[in-house]
Amino acid sequence: MTAFWVLAEPNADGSLARISTEVATLARTLAEASGGTCTGLVVAAEPGTAASELARFLPSVVAVTEPAVADHAWATIAAQRAADIVGEDPDAIIVLGAGPDGRDAAGTLAALTGRGLLVNATGVTWADGLKVEMSVFGGKLITDSGFTGGGGIVTVRPNTVTAEPAAAAGAIEGRTASGELALPAVAVIEQVEEAGAAAPIEEARIIVSGGRGVGGAEGFQLVQELADALGGAVGATRAAVDSGWIPYSQQIGQTGKIVKPELYLALGISGAIQHKVGMQTAASIVAVNRDPDAPIAEFADLVVVGDLFDVGRELLAALRARSG
Amino acid sequence: MHIVVLTKPVPDPAAAAERLGADGRLDRAASPSVVNANDEYALEAALKLTEAHGGEVSILTMAPAAGTDTMRKALAMGAARGTLVADAALAGSCLRSTVQVLAAALREMEFDLVFAGADTSDGGGGVVAAGVAALLRLPYLSNAARIEPDATAGRVRVRRITPTGYDVLDAAMPALIVCTQALGEPRYPSLKGIMGARSKEVATRSLADLGIDAGSVGGAAATTAVLGTRKPPARDATRVVRGTAQEGAAAIIELLDARRLVR
Repeated sequence: MTAFWVLAEPNADGSLARISTEVATLARTLAEASGGTCTGLVVAAEPGTAASELARFLPSVVAVTEPAVADHAWATIAAQRAADIVGEDPDAIIVLGAGPDGRDAAGTLAALTGRGLLVNATGVTWADGLKVEMSVFGGKLITDSGFTGGGGIVTVRPNTVTAEPAAAAGAIEGRTASGELALPAVAVIEQVEEAGAAAPIEEARIIVSGGRGVGGAEGFQLVQELADALGGAVGATRAAVDSGWIPYSQQIGQTGKIVKPELYLALGISGAIQHKVGMQTAASIVAVNRDPDAPIAEFADLVVVGDLFDVGRELLAALRARSG
Repeated sequence: MHIVVLTKPVPDPAAAAERLGADGRLDRAASPSVVNANDEYALEAALKLTEAHGGEVSILTMAPAAGTDTMRKALAMGAARGTLVADAALAGSCLRSTVQVLAAALREMEFDLVFAGADTSDGGGGVVAAGVAALLRLPYLSNAARIEPDATAGRVRVRRITPTGYDVLDAAMPALIVCTQALGEPRYPSLKGIMGARSKEVATRSLADLGIDAGSVGGAAATTAVLGTRKPPARDATRVVRGTAQEGAAAIIELLDARRLVR
């Protein structure tokens, strides 16, 4: 019987990160398919809130009170506590989100335990063993991989599954972290909130993204307004970020984020390979571009040839007219 | 201050010629190789720091023996020397082997800081650096948008990008830092740099040199395996709309409605 574990990520305010609700849903489905168990782990200074949220998705949750993460980087510490709780079971499968904290924790956990690691899953299924689907080479190829020894660690991309609570809430077991930490803890000496910080774009259902054609920081005002009207997030190309029009956190592509939203609305984006690899698995791709021969026309569902500001303003007016 | 930057040769994404061989491993002959783009940001950050504080930058690469060609570009940017870990037994390495080998190579090097790029354009996991830090018991600081070492105090401060802003992290050196593009654009190698790179030292190390049992790494000891591959489903044909801005907006609304993307 395979034991599945979810190492959940708490948000700064103590709530559960959205990615963890998706990871929990996926792990529960796998446990059901394999006839195995599934346990969630929350490691936080005050794990109560996140643990209650996680228990909506999983039959059992261990809430680990770890005061050290109140003022130290979370991932290194959480990985050590998770390694202790999961123990030696070589067949255990530990699932995490593929965001910054999940990656940090997964890499640490793999090194601490010697377990195998499969990263950036875009799908995970169980059929006589675990099969992890990954999109590689900028989306040109899909691979299915597995662990040679049964168990291992998997990081899962946002929007791989839709989060769905279980029929009944699970049990929560509280524990207090104990024992020396073998790895050096890194102190967090200041936490700074920046105005206008957006929700993580990897998690957005709709992304409105701007490229060189947007022309400047002022141009991103329209991009933002469209994103707001559609209930989405703002993305950008490397050119727009390097020009200082929008923060790096919004960059999509080879050196930025990889996203898989339901809708990707690309404004003034040519669709060069470095950007394409970050967004081409979006369910729907719509481009507004003056150049009908831009590379994005080769993989978009709809290309509107025209000025992005003219078309964008018309679209904004139409969306606002609908929402009344 | 001595900084080691982990750099990886990857298939050039711009060439779009990547493929897997019949053995499920990357076919390295199929595509030209470049320095992973995110590693160039890490290298640039390291060069700027040593220019400001003194010291030198070296690069560490695990790759087949031909990896030295790609390392020359990193050397041309200004790194002083390179170490290449190359060994036939490393073919087919999983992430665990990669972490083990890089950690072993770093154990033999002197450094105040180790820098890594946010992730690679081929593997893309963004997990190797955390593993290396764990094996070496180094403080691990990721997602760095600013790096401020204080050599006198032996400490380093890092701005780590968070979903809502940034955290300021503080750790003792030596430490391992994962760099982001927010640190600034990499320089282009100068002609002088390119010429000079030809004569820079690249030390090649085998598994035996590092005291690693060849049977404990590489394809024979891989913890993961590719079971199969397939092409992604083809996208539908592209609809192109030319006309007025109103017509363009109407076409977008039509698609949003058809796919239930708006209320």
